[in-house]
Amino acid sequence: MSSVLRPAVSLIVLMTLITGVAYPLVVTGVAQVAFPEQANGSLVYDDHEKVRGSELIAQNFTGEGWFHPRPSAGAYATVASGASNLSPSNPALATRISDDAAKEKVDNQGPVPLNLLTTSGSGLDPHLSPAAAEYQVARIAAARNLPRDSVQQLIAANTYSPLIGPPVVNVLALNQSLEALPSQSR
Amino acid sequence: MHAYDYLLILAFFALVLLPAPLLGRFYYNVMEGNRTFLTPVMGPVERVCYRLSGVDPKVEHNWKTYTLALLAFNLAGFVVLFSVLLFQGALPLNPQGLPGMEWSLAFNTAMSFVTNTNWQNYSGEASLSYLSQMAGLTVQNFVSAATGIAVLVAFCRGIGRRSTQHLGNFWTDMTRAILYGLLPLCIILALFLVWQGVPQTFAHYIDAVTLQGADQTIPLGPAASQIAIKQLGTNGGGFFGVNSAHPFENPTAWTNLFELVSIILIPVALVFTFGHYVKDMRQSRAIVACMFVLFLIGGATALWAEYQPNPALNIASVEQTAPMEGKETRFGTTATVLWATATTAASNGSVNGMHDSLNPLSGMVALANMMVGEVIFGGVGAGLYGMLLNVLIAVFLAGLMIGRTPEYLGKKLQAREVKLLVATLIVMPVGVLVFGALAASLPGPAGAVSNPGPHGFSQLLYAYTSATANNGSAFGGFSGNTVFHNLMLGLSMFIGRFGYILPVLALAGSLAAKKTSPLGLNSFPTHGPLFVTLLTVTILLVGGLTFLPTLALGPIAEHLSLGF
Repeated sequence: MSSVLRPAVSLIVLMTLITGVAYPLVVTGVAQVAFPEQANGSLVYDDHEKVRGSELIAQNFTGEGWFHPRPSAGAYATVASGASNLSPSNPALATRISDDAAKEKVDNQGPVPLNLLTTSGSGLDPHLSPAAAEYQVARIAAARNLPRDSVQQLIAANTYSPLIGPPVVNVLALNQSLEALPSQSR
Repeated sequence: MHAYDYLLILAFFALVLLPAPLLGRFYYNVMEGNRTFLTPVMGPVERVCYRLSGVDPKVEHNWKTYTLALLAFNLAGFVVLFSVLLFQGALPLNPQGLPGMEWSLAFNTAMSFVTNTNWQNYSGEASLSYLSQMAGLTVQNFVSAATGIAVLVAFCRGIGRRSTQHLGNFWTDMTRAILYGLLPLCIILALFLVWQGVPQTFAHYIDAVTLQGADQTIPLGPAASQIAIKQLGTNGGGFFGVNSAHPFENPTAWTNLFELVSIILIPVALVFTFGHYVKDMRQSRAIVACMFVLFLIGGATALWAEYQPNPALNIASVEQTAPMEGKETRFGTTATVLWATATTAASNGSVNGMHDSLNPLSGMVALANMMVGEVIFGGVGAGLYGMLLNVLIAVFLAGLMIGRTPEYLGKKLQAREVKLLVATLIVMPVGVLVFGALAASLPGPAGAVSNPGPHGFSQLLYAYTSATANNGSAFGGFSGNTVFHNLMLGLSMFIGRFGYILPVLALAGSLAAKKTSPLGLNSFPTHGPLFVTLLTVTILLVGGLTFLPTLALGPIAEHLSLGF
């Protein structure tokens, strides 16, 4: 028994030092030098150097004049974030989607895209599908008294289409560029 | 499906299958102590480890000593992790000032990570200090995966060698698996993840003010280093509670591809390692073919099922498309389904979307993948030794059919071996059906489910299946953090891990001691399409017959009730 005790204890200590201390430290060291922005949370700053969020983390936007993100099961809480975990057969899912659809529905437009009515797995999905963003253009243009085309162009400019995944629009970036547009009234 | 969906599927299979033969040979050389291109870097570290722990790398052990070493090492790991979690409040590297874990949750979590399950009844960003994540969980992510590799190579040696007691040295097997097999790949993956946006820092969480003026806390931490090993080591325990659905854990379609590939990269490669041990690569190709067929059956079924719009959402003002509840926009349906299939085929258990909200039949594929014992590629090491048990069962069945003593690669399977095989067949039914039934029949524990109807049953079934199969994914609405479930799920994980490892090592010892009889004209060939078919059918029958009734009560009933 003692023949296995010493290696067992000393190897768990050594492996803790190698994989639990040295490995994360080395990765942190290299990451902080090579990719400092990403390693520290892809933070978004305003002109006064104040942190306004992270590119990768959804924030809530309400009101007619902003692009709304997808709903969040945890009300956009970040510590900890969560999902609805509603099963397809749960009546609560259909009820919630139906209620939200009534709020997001724009007159004279087709049905609301499902993307805009479903909560994501993380509760912090920073993206919309281009269709879900475009659905909101008419509402935003009217609220901000802007031509639809200029709002529409923002979507195109903020759409990212990877080779191996669906096209996505970052809602925070979209709303920031919306803010930057010269608008007649709010 | 769009062009990018097909490209993703293609890229996934190419990145998994193309490097496998090379990587498999590399693992063989590493585990046998041969010189590789990493020896100049890792050799000195390896030698220091042996010297400090009093290990003579040249000494080989019989199966009993090998097993004893493995158990002692796992016990030591359990004690360390359990203590770190209990006392994290008093330990350093805790910038958020988080308290120690409640004892039953700490027990469940420690068992979960020691057994390579990584079932999580907590949310990392809200419950764990940086020290617990790094020096606690990350370490077990490495050593539990390395334990799996060690058991596998001991089993390979048992089959490949003849008339010997020697199965190798657990200490060197475990050390080499970590230093050469896991660490280098992890460093590469971790840095790639940071480049794409995964945080890697020891700084505090950040307080931000959103564009509309609300307060927002941005959780950070040494995430990338832990995510790399949780994918590569088929662990699956997320740094953040929602796992790889979290935009910090899996920020882009590209990180998704590489995290996905990492789930089964090593398990596939190890099948080729086996071929080197038995000096017959045809055996590897046959096993990979069987795994591939099973993966395709599950994957295609789940893809088809998940692209069906949910009939419950036929509402006039809602555009009906493939369901998006619980899915991230940047992944969409195909990437989420592919992940759900891979993570349950392998015993990874990380998720990039919520399995609870999957359509009933796609959720069922995830369940079925686990129920067949996680042998479709499976966990690092664990998947292949599980698969080899099925190979031996298939050989035994074939032997019964042709009326000859069953033989695998010249080793006769006799009463002792068959008894050990049968012992492993009991593990999954005990964990899933016995423990699951117990939980389902007690009002308190059964109340952990969050959805009504058949899906509620599926949630509980999924929990006990996931724990026993050492997977770790969940139908996340299940509230497992109660004393009952913490202990019972912990027990399921324990039998699901060591209920295989002990018989496998005993089997390895017993096979190693046998003579190898030459393959004759009358030997049943264990490669080629006939054997692949027999093996596939064996796996489906053994798992299918045992668990079909539970699937009928859960996902199939839900599917029918929704009127797809």
